[in-house]
Amino acid sequence: MITFENVAKRYPNGREALAGVTFTIEPGEFVFLTGRSGAGKSSVLKLIALLERPSRGTVTVSGQNTGKLKAGRIPAFRRAIGVVFQDHKLLVDRPIYDNVALPLVVAGTPLKEVDRRVRAALDQVGLLGRERSSPLELSVGEQQRVGIARAVVSKPQLLIADEPTGNLDPTLAVEVMRVFKRFQEVGVTVVIASHDPHLVEQFGQREIVLDSGRIVSDTVRAGHAARMTAQAPQLSDLPDIHT
Amino acid sequence: MSGGVSSYGTRHLQALFGALGRLVRAPLATLLTLMVIGVALALPAGLALLVDNLRNATGDLSSAVDFTVHFKVGTPIERVEQIAKGARDHAGVESITVTNATQALEEFKQASGFGDALSALEDNPLPHHLVVRPEKKASGPTEVEILRRYFAAFPEVDIVQLDLDWVRRLHSLLDVLKRVLWLVIGVLGLGVLAVIGNTIRLEIQQRRPEIEVTKLVGGSNAFVRRPFLYTGLFYGLGGALLAALIVTGGLIYLDQAVGELSAQYGSRFYLAGLGLRGLGILAGIGAGLGWLGALISTGRHLRAIEPRA
Repeated sequence: MITFENVAKRYPNGREALAGVTFTIEPGEFVFLTGRSGAGKSSVLKLIALLERPSRGTVTVSGQNTGKLKAGRIPAFRRAIGVVFQDHKLLVDRPIYDNVALPLVVAGTPLKEVDRRVRAALDQVGLLGRERSSPLELSVGEQQRVGIARAVVSKPQLLIADEPTGNLDPTLAVEVMRVFKRFQEVGVTVVIASHDPHLVEQFGQREIVLDSGRIVSDTVRAGHAARMTAQAPQLSDLPDIHT
Repeated sequence: MSGGVSSYGTRHLQALFGALGRLVRAPLATLLTLMVIGVALALPAGLALLVDNLRNATGDLSSAVDFTVHFKVGTPIERVEQIAKGARDHAGVESITVTNATQALEEFKQASGFGDALSALEDNPLPHHLVVRPEKKASGPTEVEILRRYFAAFPEVDIVQLDLDWVRRLHSLLDVLKRVLWLVIGVLGLGVLAVIGNTIRLEIQQRRPEIEVTKLVGGSNAFVRRPFLYTGLFYGLGGALLAALIVTGGLIYLDQAVGELSAQYGSRFYLAGLGLRGLGILAGIGAGLGWLGALISTGRHLRAIEPRA
C-alpha cells in the first residue's frame, strides 16, 4: 500500500524533517507513527497524502510514485485517501452535512448517493441526526468525529490521521481510536501519527518510532485495548468498503 | 471516478446556484459592485447609441457622396446611356441616374426660378449628365476617387463634379467618433475587468479556508474555479442589465427635448432605443467581461492556495 524508500525531506528553510526513511505498509495494516514532536511524523503523513513531495528517495502509494505524479492527477490521488487532521479543518460556516459531503461533491457523486453515504458515515461515528448542526455547536471530540466521517465518506482504501486525539481527553481518545480500528477491521489501511504513548500501548498495533527524521524502531505489539474491539458496535452497519 | 453527463451538469448547476445564492445573501455588496459595472457599461452603450442616432439624424450618408458626371455638349444621349449601362456593373457603384439635357433644363427652370429667362434661349446650354451613387461600403474618399477617375477617363466626359473635401471631412468625423467609441469601450471594458477581478480576488481571500479544504479532499482546480466564474458571469450580466436601465432612463429623459429641438428644424426625429439586439449585445459583452475578469483573477490567485496540513 505504502512504500518509503530512503526518503528525505528538506524544507525550504533548511530544516531536514526526514533523513533517509525506509518502510513498507501492507494493505489492511494498522500502523502508529510515534516520536516526539518534530521527529518527522507529520512529514511522513504529508508525503503520503501528497501535500509534500520528497526531496530525495521514492514514496509509492497504491502503486503510484508520488514524486512523479503530474499536478493534474493530484486531485484524483487525494480523493482516494481519507485524511484526518488534528485541527480537523472543518468549515465552520457550513453545517455538518455539507462538511461530510464535500469529498463526494468534488468527485461528482450523484446527489442521492451523496445523501445515503453522508448518513452512513455520520452513523459510523455516532453523529447521525446532527447533520444540520454547525461544527461550532459540537464538542471537540464530536468535531474530530465529523472530521473522521468526512475522511471515510468516499470509502477510501487508505486512512491517515495526524494526531487525531491530540485535543481529546483519554476516554474520548480511546473512543476515537476504536472508530479507526473498526475501519481497519473492514479492510482499510490505517496510519495514525500520535505522540500519546499510553494510547499506542493500549491498542498495541505496529508502531514505527521516529526520532530526528530517522526510524529508531519498527515493532508490532499486542496491547490489551485491541481486545476491546470485540465489543465494538455492529460492523454490519458499515458500508461496503470495496468500491 | 463516476463521471457522466448528468453529474457534470449537476456540478455546474451546483456551482451556478451556489454563486447566485452567495450574491443574493450579500445584497448590499452585490448591488454596489453591480452599480460600478453598470455605470462603466452604460457610458460606452450610451455613446454607441449616440453614434447610431447621429447616423439616423444626418440621413443616409451614402447620398452625401453622390457625384455628377457632366458630358460635353453635343454628346449623343445614346452614348451617355451606353456609358451608364457599362458603369452600373462597375465595382462600388450603387446606382446611376441618367438625366438628358432637356430634363436638366426643366429641372433647372423649376428649381432656379429663371423659367422665363431660360425659355428665351434658343439652344439648350445644359449638357446631359449622370448622377452616380457609390455603394455604402465604397463611399470612402479613396474608393470615390477611383470612381471619379473611371468616369473622367471617357473622352466624352467634360467634368466630374465631386466634393471630395466634404467626403473626406465626413469620413474623418465619423472616424473620430468611431475611435472615441472604441477608446471608451476599451478603457471602460478594462475597468469592468479590473472591478470584477478585484471583487473575485477579495472573495477568494475570504473563502481561503474553504478552498484549502476543498483541494485537500481532492477538489480539482476546475471545481474550485467554477463558482467564481459563475459569480463573475452574474456580475457582468447584472451590470449589463443595470446599464440598459441607465441608458433607457437617459433616453426617456432626453426624448422630449430632442423632439422639440428637431420640430424647430421641421424634422420629426425620435431617439432610437437599445432595442432587443442592442440589449443582447450589451448583455453578451457584460457576461463575457465578467467571465473573463473572473478567469484572470482565479488563474492568478487560486493556484497560490495549496493545502498545508
